[in-house]
Amino acid sequence: MPRAALLRCLALVLALPATPAAAQLRVDITEGIAAPMPIAIPVFPTPAAVSTPAGDTATIGQAVAGIITANLAGSGLFRPIDRAALPRPTAAEILKPAFFAYRTLAAQALVSGFVTANPDGTLTVGCYLHDVFSEEELARQGFTVPVAGWRRAAHKCSDMVYTRLTGEAGYFDTRIVYVSETGPRTSRVKRLAIMDQDGANHRFLTGGQSIVLTPRFAPGQQTISYMSYEGNRPRVWLYALGSGRREAVGSFQSMTFAPAFTPDGRGLLFSVMASGNADIHMVDLASRASRRLTSASAIDTSPSMSPDGRRIVFESDRGGTQQLYVMNADGSGATRISFGEGRAASPAWSPRGDLIAFVRIRGGQFRIAVIRPDGTGERVLTDGWADENPTWSPNGRVILFTRTERGGRSTLRSVDLTGRNERAIPTPLEASDPSWSALLP
Amino acid sequence: MSRPLALVALAAAVLASGCARTREELPPPPPQAAAPAPLPEAAAPPPSTAVGTTAIPGSMADFVAQAGSDRVFFGLDRYDLDAEAQATLDRQAAWLRRYPAVRATIEGHADERGTREYNLALGERRANAARNYLAAQGVAPSRMTVISYGKERPAVEGANEEAWAQNRRAVTVLVSGLAN
Repeated sequence: MPRAALLRCLALVLALPATPAAAQLRVDITEGIAAPMPIAIPVFPTPAAVSTPAGDTATIGQAVAGIITANLAGSGLFRPIDRAALPRPTAAEILKPAFFAYRTLAAQALVSGFVTANPDGTLTVGCYLHDVFSEEELARQGFTVPVAGWRRAAHKCSDMVYTRLTGEAGYFDTRIVYVSETGPRTSRVKRLAIMDQDGANHRFLTGGQSIVLTPRFAPGQQTISYMSYEGNRPRVWLYALGSGRREAVGSFQSMTFAPAFTPDGRGLLFSVMASGNADIHMVDLASRASRRLTSASAIDTSPSMSPDGRRIVFESDRGGTQQLYVMNADGSGATRISFGEGRAASPAWSPRGDLIAFVRIRGGQFRIAVIRPDGTGERVLTDGWADENPTWSPNGRVILFTRTERGGRSTLRSVDLTGRNERAIPTPLEASDPSWSALLP
Repeated sequence: MSRPLALVALAAAVLASGCARTREELPPPPPQAAAPAPLPEAAAPPPSTAVGTTAIPGSMADFVAQAGSDRVFFGLDRYDLDAEAQATLDRQAAWLRRYPAVRATIEGHADERGTREYNLALGERRANAARNYLAAQGVAPSRMTVISYGKERPAVEGANEEAWAQNRRAVTVLVSGLAN
């Protein structure tokens, strides 16, 4: 049974009146903030400690506060206050917080809540956001989850806080699919792996017998497309997460690679290699009818569709070197958008539609950059030796990518649009080719 | 090749193959200080003095010995064949014409200084360039397939130009019809 079906949102209150005071407590994430907002996240108490397969509810309440703290700190927009210094509220105190104590710690916002075990074996996590100075409640939600999915309640609570204080959708209740790497570079073992956005609930999807590359989530997140060398035939595959069922896409005689779903999930874009020439095709996943979208005598690859489904950004060396082009969804009207020194590769269209992330290759360095779809406003965000494979958070504010150190390890990292908040994403082994899911339902 | 020497070579070949099958054709002598191209991980050609241990005719080792190398190298972000690569492929083609039952896979590779997806295509371009050249030298295209590994299977580790030069390659891998 899908966990998502069991996760439902309880409306603890019917309406949240927006007040002028509440409107003032806000994090501006567009400009890059000088100082992250101080925020208090005390341990979530439980009215009665009940033992569950995931630990007793008091222990879970501590862990929930820890997850929310890590999420909000990781965004770079909040500065959680040391939990050891915070009050330890009782369940009864959640609705009437000791605001004075939080004010003395200079917290501006308070995230609090409780964990209760339900008779049917599920857990409910209540999540509250208060303005410490106006003492107003800004948001509250309750999340009822199966015990095994308790971490998702903490992520949902984090998303509620992020959304209320920034005005943007969150990205914490999400997953990452990526390629786990181990062994010497000359004979690397590569396996598909999936994990929560914070690295928890990690599991491998493939066994490592065949090289696997470039996994991508379908918008509905129940399917992954990737490239595999299974049977010494490199081509694009689909993997159904629920059933584990796999199938090769299409019956092309030559290599297919660089898959990307269309935003409606009905189509799959990828490159087909023929006689040293790569063209972008689109396959309708229902009928399996395929259509060739580009025909230049060139390497046309790394397609990514705009969220409105009307345009496709891709890279091509038709002009001599790798550059970015935008064309209509039917393949017409291709226009080059990247100029300036160096090459431009691996574009990914933001889910917000406003920017395209890509790899700027210049002076021997591969760095993550963003550019507007009309080719203006290019900004380089990272400074690695070899940063590549950018993928967007569902709210279009954070980019995940692969960093390979010179002669060294490959790891996953994230960077926000200011370029100032760059972080390592922990994985058990070396890692590459991340794909970030949409927000889970 | 002098007659006694040729007999020695034949005897060695028969011994090494472990069977009494005689071959009508003897391999030409090993190349004299041929192609100084680096040969990472490739079977090294036998030293010129060890004529008596020349590889079994029609084998992979024989192919490498006769052609000088199983691989050709490319410039940065290039897939054209320079004179040295063409000379190697000329010798590979001569060998492949001599053993028409042998089928080959041409593996194309790129160095790590390219993005993953582009390198998959670049590797295929390199494999195709080698395959097309061999076909033009009379090797039936139906005997050859290509596969690109992009930057996923470097021949050597190392993040420097010397290593990258060895990794930008097309390798002719004999997959069936070999003597053993």
